[in-house]
Amino acid sequence: MTVEPVLVQIAKAIVIFLLILNIVPQILLLERKLLGRFQARYGPNRVGLRGLGQPLADVLKLLSKERFTPDTAVPWMMAIAPVISIVTAVATLAIIPFGPQGAWGGDLGLYGIDVPIGVLYFFAFGSLSFYALMLGGWASGSKYSFLGAMRSAAQLISYEIAIGLSLLGVVLMAGSLSFVDIVEAQGSGGKGIWFFIPQIVGFLVFMVAGFAETARAPFDLPEADAEIVAGYNTEYGGMRFGSFFMAEYIEVIVISGVAVACFFGGWHGPGPEWLAPIWVLAKMFVFVILFIWVRATLPRLRYDQLMSFGWKVLIPIATLNVLITAIVLVV
Amino acid sequence: MSYELTDDVIEVQRGPEPGGLGGAYRTFGATLRGLRTTFARLAEKPVTIQYPEEKTPVYPRFRGRHKLHRFEDTGLEKCVGCSLCVAACPAQCIRVVADENTPEHQVSAGERYAAVYEINMSRCIFCGYCEVACPFDAITMGNDYELADYERSDLIFTKEMLLAEPIERTPLRMEGE
Repeated sequence: MTVEPVLVQIAKAIVIFLLILNIVPQILLLERKLLGRFQARYGPNRVGLRGLGQPLADVLKLLSKERFTPDTAVPWMMAIAPVISIVTAVATLAIIPFGPQGAWGGDLGLYGIDVPIGVLYFFAFGSLSFYALMLGGWASGSKYSFLGAMRSAAQLISYEIAIGLSLLGVVLMAGSLSFVDIVEAQGSGGKGIWFFIPQIVGFLVFMVAGFAETARAPFDLPEADAEIVAGYNTEYGGMRFGSFFMAEYIEVIVISGVAVACFFGGWHGPGPEWLAPIWVLAKMFVFVILFIWVRATLPRLRYDQLMSFGWKVLIPIATLNVLITAIVLVV
Repeated sequence: MSYELTDDVIEVQRGPEPGGLGGAYRTFGATLRGLRTTFARLAEKPVTIQYPEEKTPVYPRFRGRHKLHRFEDTGLEKCVGCSLCVAACPAQCIRVVADENTPEHQVSAGERYAAVYEINMSRCIFCGYCEVACPFDAITMGNDYELADYERSDLIFTKEMLLAEPIERTPLRMEGE
């Protein structure tokens, strides 16, 4: 790991941030379009050519909306919750590796930062993002927000364990916590095999827990709109709600990125080395579509089902997976 | 008391008990089948009818906006102002004021004609009783259902509006559609 000049790091941060900031509305449109097609309808097709203006219209609508604070709310806490949510989501993006060092010439590494504790960094910021949901729900001073916040807390704490254990197998195989090292261990220089083959159990647990971590269907209990209006963001409007919303989609991208880096060989793929970011983005795209596909298909779990599934199924399977991986690696 | 398994008695087939390893296996299978079901929709054309551009076709007997008729050969109105439709109307939305035909001013084929014939479309329940009550088939129900307007007063249709050939905006359902 080489430390790059500060200016290069700032430039990289801005590029990644802008890229993702622009991708999120497109994913939103893609999701609405695909959800429509999965349900035998068109989806948005009124704004602009075939609905391409829809993201712009959505963002403009959110920007022009009133900012509402209930009497029972704690205003400053309510204001910082969306900030925490989006900061943690974007910060996690920094460690998604888009390409190896020097793929585009020079010493430039195509990732935000290569921290030697990459996986831990991912968990740390993942846990911090729950704090935003908790704070937002609690500070809103509304019963639905509170219920949503409680649900997020319980759900995210339960699935955090499963997601951590599911990645441990990969960490054991790669012998490193850094995402760049993990990807390199899957290339020809390392084991030469994408980790989803030896770690198929870990991969499945990671994906299921990933759906729960991002609070998306079928684990969208924190914002179960049929029961608790919108959960933790019930009292939010305008761009504050937009921040929560965007953070959710950035988390989808992050989970996709981590899945690609840890299980699907990251930037490895045929073609010259400078194609690396294209490969990462293409693989992430497939995962984003998977997220949308599952959302179109599966109904929401009941709360006790969610808990018993997390504690009684996912965590034992993930633990067994880690034990077996460790035994196989040592023996 | 026991039953014979005849045609009257149905044996209830219960699904397997949920839970356990078998339950997990079946749930996994059901999840994959669900994913396949939604994925198959991608290949199909959406079933949406994009309303303002595409309209739902109606059946020939669909009861929409009324029409008043004239005799095709003489051009005289069929309505003789008998007010039977007024009597039949459960919503009381029709108003008829009859007047005598004179040789100089022959409007309808009978002795009298409807000097005023108004239907209040905001009250009409489209039951079609007026059509049934009419002895001369002077009023029939058309197919148009796009009757929304901005003013209540605009929804009172006069005789001229009902006599005029309506802009047929509603497609008719084809045979076997």
